[in-house]
Amino acid sequence: MAVAFFYLFSAVLIASAFAVIVSRNPVHSVLYLILAFVNGAGLFLLAGAEFLAMILVVVYVGAVAVLFLFVVMMLDVDFAELRQGFSKHLPVGAAVGAVVLGELGLVALGWQSAPGAKEAAAAPIVAGVSNTAALGQVLYTKYFLFFQASALVLLTAMIGAIVLTLHHRPGVKRQKIEEQNARTRDNVIEIKKVPSRAGV
Amino acid sequence: MIDGWLLNLLLIIVKSVVLTVVLLVYLAYAIYIDRKVWAAVQLRRGPNVVGPWGLLQSFADMLKFVLKEPVIPDTANKGVFLLAPFVTAMLAVAAWAVIPVNDGWAVADLNVGILYIFAISSLGVYGIIMGGWASNSKYPFLSALRSAAQMVSYEVSIGFVIITVLLCAGSLNLTEIVRAQDSQYGILGWYWLRLLPMFIIFFISALAETNRPPFDLVEAESELVAGFMIEYSATPYMLFMLGEYVAILTMCALLTILFFGGWLPPVNIAPFTLIPGVIWFVLKVTFFFFFFAMVKAFVPRYRYDQLMRLGWKVFLPISLVMVIVVAGILQFAGSAGAN
Repeated sequence: MAVAFFYLFSAVLIASAFAVIVSRNPVHSVLYLILAFVNGAGLFLLAGAEFLAMILVVVYVGAVAVLFLFVVMMLDVDFAELRQGFSKHLPVGAAVGAVVLGELGLVALGWQSAPGAKEAAAAPIVAGVSNTAALGQVLYTKYFLFFQASALVLLTAMIGAIVLTLHHRPGVKRQKIEEQNARTRDNVIEIKKVPSRAGV
Repeated sequence: MIDGWLLNLLLIIVKSVVLTVVLLVYLAYAIYIDRKVWAAVQLRRGPNVVGPWGLLQSFADMLKFVLKEPVIPDTANKGVFLLAPFVTAMLAVAAWAVIPVNDGWAVADLNVGILYIFAISSLGVYGIIMGGWASNSKYPFLSALRSAAQMVSYEVSIGFVIITVLLCAGSLNLTEIVRAQDSQYGILGWYWLRLLPMFIIFFISALAETNRPPFDLVEAESELVAGFMIEYSATPYMLFMLGEYVAILTMCALLTILFFGGWLPPVNIAPFTLIPGVIWFVLKVTFFFFFFAMVKAFVPRYRYDQLMRLGWKVFLPISLVMVIVVAGILQFAGSAGAN
């Protein structure tokens, strides 16, 4: 049964990944990408990594792909124009593709796993400890420094994004909630005694 | 061997069908309650024509939606246009697969149940974006963008609130979370009292996450006609509404499980403990649904910038600080690492 699901998820994953690059409509591409992510999560589930599966859906599908979709929908890209130089740039593109493929092949062929990795992977999971708890125990003890360092990298990226997009334009009227709440009858309303036939 | 998994599969299918049918029938009456409460606040009668006291109104509505002709706009992206309501409705119902309505009564008792619900509810935004974009019209598109930003913002504070509950319960499993609230104090031992600020933040964020008033900027009829579903009619429209209401029920069920002791009786003495857990669960969900309906009736709609301010500048800092405070208290009180 698990084998059937493995082939189902893998087939849909590969098909949708292919559809991402051949779709003419960029929004369809992003939707296929989401389908690919979800099937990837399914594969994680089959491998018994339920925490990773859920986090993949929450982070990539729930947040990252939403931003992708936003950007793609908002950009008004003329794809007919983009396609015009296709045959002209084909050799360059093919060359870059070939180099990347070659590098990937070299990495895959020259792959050496660390000593003891095979034994560790084959070792039985400690009974009574769920996948999530086991991950947490390793992440917050043995790999604590790496965890903190990657968090810092993310924080830097976040601050960078904010700095790049933050503009203080002069002359923009902004709502100041505190000032509005601090208004009282005394400092807002002034009662004037208007003498008759004299005006204010 | 083969028979074993076949039987298992059949059992899961039967469970799912029973759960879905019960959920949808309950939904029909939840919509009826919603309309009745709303009407009562406005001194109207509400639905009272179809069936005794209008009890069959929701079924009549469903029949009407199904029998009408679905109109698809000429310029719409047809595939995505029709896919959107299905995605919304399917995801909303799928979340119920892990919700335990009684001790051990869940279709799938996942180890990461709460993460599953969080993941599914974060997918809910796709139905709205797809529907708004595929309609190929300005109002739905604007509305879809608004709603996506709103849902993504409030998910953050919901996530942090869930983390505080997880820290207290020491498990991601929904059944375990309910069991962790079982104590001799009954209703006072549930997490709503211990995590009162989180409970309130979760309730308000749930309103925003499900696009309920006062945060229903998605379908702010005064500015956006009817939100992302303007172009939808007949069955696709019904599927959107169904998805929306099931999502509301899911949030009520989550409030029940995380803060209100799930199927546990409020007082641990004889007449209360004899009532089966399912009834307590349904009563609690109905209780929260009543509050959703009341809020809809008497709170005016927020403005969009106020909504964003509330989410990012009020709820996010409070819930973030509370995660640290709760974790600190648990660490120093010595009850951390229950798992």
